[in-house]
Amino acid sequence: MFGKLTPEAFIHEGSQNFAVIMVVLTGIGLAALLTYFKLWKWLWKEWLTTVDPKRLGIMYIIVALLMFMKGFADAFMMRLQQALSVGDSHGFISPGHFQEIFSAHGTTMIFFVGMGVVFALMNLIVPLQIGARDVAFPFLNALGFWLFAAGAMLTVVSLAIGKFSATGWLAYPPLSGIEYSPGEGVDYWIWLVQISGVGSTISGINFLVTILKMRCPGMTWMKMPIFTWSGLCAMVLIIFAFPILTATLALLTLDRYLGMHFFTAGGGGNLMMYVNLIWAWGHPEVYILILPIFGIFSEVVPTFSEKRLFGYASMVWALVVITFLSFVVWLHHFFTMGASSNVNAFFGIMTMLIAVPTGVKIFNWLFTKFRGRIHFETPMLWFFAFVLNFTVGGMTGVLLSSPPVDFQAHNSLFLIAHFHGMVIGGVLFGFFAGFTYWFPKFTGFLLDDKLNRYAFWCWFGGFLLAFMPLYMLGFMGATRRLDHYEAATGWHPLFIVVFIGAIIILIGASIQFYGLIESIINRDKNRDTTGDPWNGRTLEWSTPSPPPVYNFAVIPTVSSVDPLWAIKRGQAPKPAETYEDIHLPVNTPLAFFIGMLAIAFGFAMTWYIFWLGAISFIGILTCVVIRLSGKDKFEIIPAEEVKKMEAARRSPASA
Amino acid sequence: MTSLTVHQTPEAHPDTSTPDPHQDTFSKTVLGFWMYLMTDCLLFGTLFATYAVLHNSTFGGPTSHEIYNLSTAFIETMILLLSSVTCGLAVLASLKNAKASVVAWLLVTFLLGATFIAFELTEFHHLIQDGHSWQKSAFLSSFFTLVGTHGTHVSVGLFWMLVLILQVFFAGITVDTFRRLVVFSMFWHFLDLIWIFIYTFVYLMGVI
Amino acid sequence: MARKRPIRLILVLTGYILFLFMFMQPFLVYQFRDYIAVLFPKGIIALEQRNLLLIIQGIMLLVIIPVYILTFIFSWKYRAANKRATYDPDLVDNKLAEVIWWGLPLVLTLIVSVLTWQKTHELDPYKPLQSDKKPVTIQVIALQWKWLFLYPEEKIATVNFLQFPEKTPVHFVLTADAPTNSFWIPRLGGQIYAMPKMRTELYLMADDAGDFRGSSANLSGEGFAGMHFIARASSEKDYQEWVESVKKSSHTLSLEEYQKLALPSQNNPEGHYQLQADNLFDKIIDKYMHPQEK
Repeated sequence: MFGKLTPEAFIHEGSQNFAVIMVVLTGIGLAALLTYFKLWKWLWKEWLTTVDPKRLGIMYIIVALLMFMKGFADAFMMRLQQALSVGDSHGFISPGHFQEIFSAHGTTMIFFVGMGVVFALMNLIVPLQIGARDVAFPFLNALGFWLFAAGAMLTVVSLAIGKFSATGWLAYPPLSGIEYSPGEGVDYWIWLVQISGVGSTISGINFLVTILKMRCPGMTWMKMPIFTWSGLCAMVLIIFAFPILTATLALLTLDRYLGMHFFTAGGGGNLMMYVNLIWAWGHPEVYILILPIFGIFSEVVPTFSEKRLFGYASMVWALVVITFLSFVVWLHHFFTMGASSNVNAFFGIMTMLIAVPTGVKIFNWLFTKFRGRIHFETPMLWFFAFVLNFTVGGMTGVLLSSPPVDFQAHNSLFLIAHFHGMVIGGVLFGFFAGFTYWFPKFTGFLLDDKLNRYAFWCWFGGFLLAFMPLYMLGFMGATRRLDHYEAATGWHPLFIVVFIGAIIILIGASIQFYGLIESIINRDKNRDTTGDPWNGRTLEWSTPSPPPVYNFAVIPTVSSVDPLWAIKRGQAPKPAETYEDIHLPVNTPLAFFIGMLAIAFGFAMTWYIFWLGAISFIGILTCVVIRLSGKDKFEIIPAEEVKKMEAARRSPASA
Repeated sequence: MTSLTVHQTPEAHPDTSTPDPHQDTFSKTVLGFWMYLMTDCLLFGTLFATYAVLHNSTFGGPTSHEIYNLSTAFIETMILLLSSVTCGLAVLASLKNAKASVVAWLLVTFLLGATFIAFELTEFHHLIQDGHSWQKSAFLSSFFTLVGTHGTHVSVGLFWMLVLILQVFFAGITVDTFRRLVVFSMFWHFLDLIWIFIYTFVYLMGVI
Repeated sequence: MARKRPIRLILVLTGYILFLFMFMQPFLVYQFRDYIAVLFPKGIIALEQRNLLLIIQGIMLLVIIPVYILTFIFSWKYRAANKRATYDPDLVDNKLAEVIWWGLPLVLTLIVSVLTWQKTHELDPYKPLQSDKKPVTIQVIALQWKWLFLYPEEKIATVNFLQFPEKTPVHFVLTADAPTNSFWIPRLGGQIYAMPKMRTELYLMADDAGDFRGSSANLSGEGFAGMHFIARASSEKDYQEWVESVKKSSHTLSLEEYQKLALPSQNNPEGHYQLQADNLFDKIIDKYMHPQEK
């Protein structure tokens, strides 16, 4: 009746019980607040059934931030364990639990924080930057979000019920096969990654069509903002890479559920095939995470240097070259698997080549600052830290791309330091820059500046302290994923330093969180009344803060890069004020329902509760059929009303 | 009168020279679906690659030469090709706004597709009965998965067709049902194309 | 955007933090030199790998250091408060600059690529080492969660410990009867995966006698952290003595004993066996190639 689910699944090791209680209490607390303030209807109407990308973007950020807290808690526990577990002491986490923690850490950070941030920005920024009112497929966009949220929810459920995967964030077989991992852990991982992966693919298609087909008049390819270009390249990467993940996960599922032999050691299986396939997806994936970040900096640096981006065409070509090259480097993740020298050397050289366009981008940003007027607002601070940290990470990447060197660094803490330089120094710092930069646009008020700066210093110093020693630890022979080591290794002092770095990062993150709350409470002090607090250059800054549901009352016509800058300098005319009826898609509960049914489906399949799996699958199918039948409905805002709304927005602002 | 409306689907928007307040649903949907088909193509590509790597890993069991029935595969190919023709005829009929013809041709396509699935299920059944299940070797796993995934897609297509038939029957040829018909036909032809690859690289090359 | 920013403070603070990190490094490296296996190797392969690392690092610094310098200089010189700096809002392109920063890194990458191509072939793990001494062959089997070392010629076997003569090539042949592991002795050279049903090879050679730590560098299950071992390089004489003493061990590794050993266990102590089972290594690989009669 309940498949493999037994009451034992609800009992956990000490610290985990605490985490579960925290999550459950938070959930109850939220529900209580909503009930007390009678906000359920508002939640349903404004958020759960929305198809407005501006709303969905905020929802992506909320999920990403919540998942970041979970992923960071994982990391903090890992480093604490490693600072304690040396010699006769074995820390406070058992080896099996430790392995679950780092698997959850990686999975959460990549799939739910990284991808969440990317899609948040795509939703919030792209339609505004291309002068569009909406995305190409509003329903699919919402569905993509809810599938993403379903995956995140399953991760949280796995914390409370049963065990999570203990096979790392990529679950290599045969360790992840049914023989060596018979439990529910790997199955949880498979289903939550698969479900959110389908969401990513759907969103990728949506934004690709949006950028291709919905740019405003005059916005030819070479007049698009670079952030949109970076989004375009990331979406191309998504539609080419994610199907490989879908198929590979399906093959692993078939191995585990139906006894097939794709990746088993016996039966003729080929475990090396999994490694190839998963990294054929995995490498483009990390570029999916970083390209939009490059896009953020291409917006932030020109704005705060009061100068146009240097080398626009060069930047576009760099993005395209990186996109293409990211598909021919995947083997560098497993040089040590015994491929021939020719193969290893080829992939090593291809990997080194990617450093070239990346370096080009850094130079172009620097020379945007050259002869500009630089304002060190917080986003620029983050850019500064990015240049310093990401370059080091990139340099170590070139080191790792040489197979003989990689043989001495693969799977060691040197590798961990390298890629965290990229994801923290790159993705996270870039996200913080973008978050601070665009926050006023979507909320109508700015973030508290002082607190953000304190947080910045904690992050910058904490990151260096938590990750620079890892380079040395790697050279001392410390591999990744160790829950215990001997005292004779000499690693202990460095692990303590690393843990102190983690504490400093925790302080920084806490300040940011506190700052966010404080900014919301004191929002009237930091109001953005102009819609353009930073003297921006692209179309999103020509709308009020927050923008109306239809983004633009009049679809703009552009004639150059940085169209708003052109208007400000009198090089382009202001948009005419002729209003038309505006068609907007209506809200729908179906995306939310499918998401919830997906959670039930993933849970059911994990625990072998096949009747529940069948019911939820039929439910999803029913929702799909309902959606694909009948006429597409639209809400129409008549031109007169648009005119009134625009007038109302303008008069208090001009006061 | 609806046939004229249906013909006048707006032109695709290349480089945005004039604004389009009606959001151009048809061309966006078609483009989006092409992209979905591309992702599906990559999915099948992964399965083909897997088959290529594993098709000789018979683990002491039968090889492709011993278990593939080329004549059945040929019949399946012809059935599917014919169903592509009838699907095309359904779309042509919709352009002429001939609702009854559309429903009729879709029904024929459905029957052909269902026959294809019946043949395939019989083939699978025989293999399993003879002890050649997907659990026996990597080769068999990859065969069943590649061919089975295609069969699953065809089954989804059959279900989709039923829904479409009902929609056209009750609502007639409207802007929406026409768009869905076109998108479905893209899907159906795509599946036929994938089958040609399966027939060639799995069955034909497996027997030579 | 008219707030006054403590630019000087920001740049100085950042510069100071970086300075600390960069110049602490030689000091730290010196402090920990006994432990930093990769930078202070004891084997010819590890030495070559380290030298390649240092060369590539050096070439990269040719790009990184100018980037750092420019970042600091531009941030200071072109700060908004500095009215004396030229402000050129339309300076958006410069062909020469583009040629330089596409071209120069490309040239440097080319150099590193040629070097990589050469060294990858030279340092291929499967490539036998040049020596007038006959290589010692050790078969390595990764188990859950310990390492089994077979010496087929000497007819001995050990668990979580191995010994070989210094200045002599050691030819490792590896497989696993467990999930994928990675065999790594950083003092002597780079790692290679040990996978079930697969056979990989690695050549290493120790310059001097000594005890070197080895471990598994790939997650293979719960007891994976306990898979560390000592690789001892000794004089030829000591090595022969050691072989003789192990041959006299009271433990025998028969096929049956192997089946017991292969069962999951963690933190195994060192073990020494007479090797009785013939062709055990091949049998272990073969096990995965055919359906087993249970």
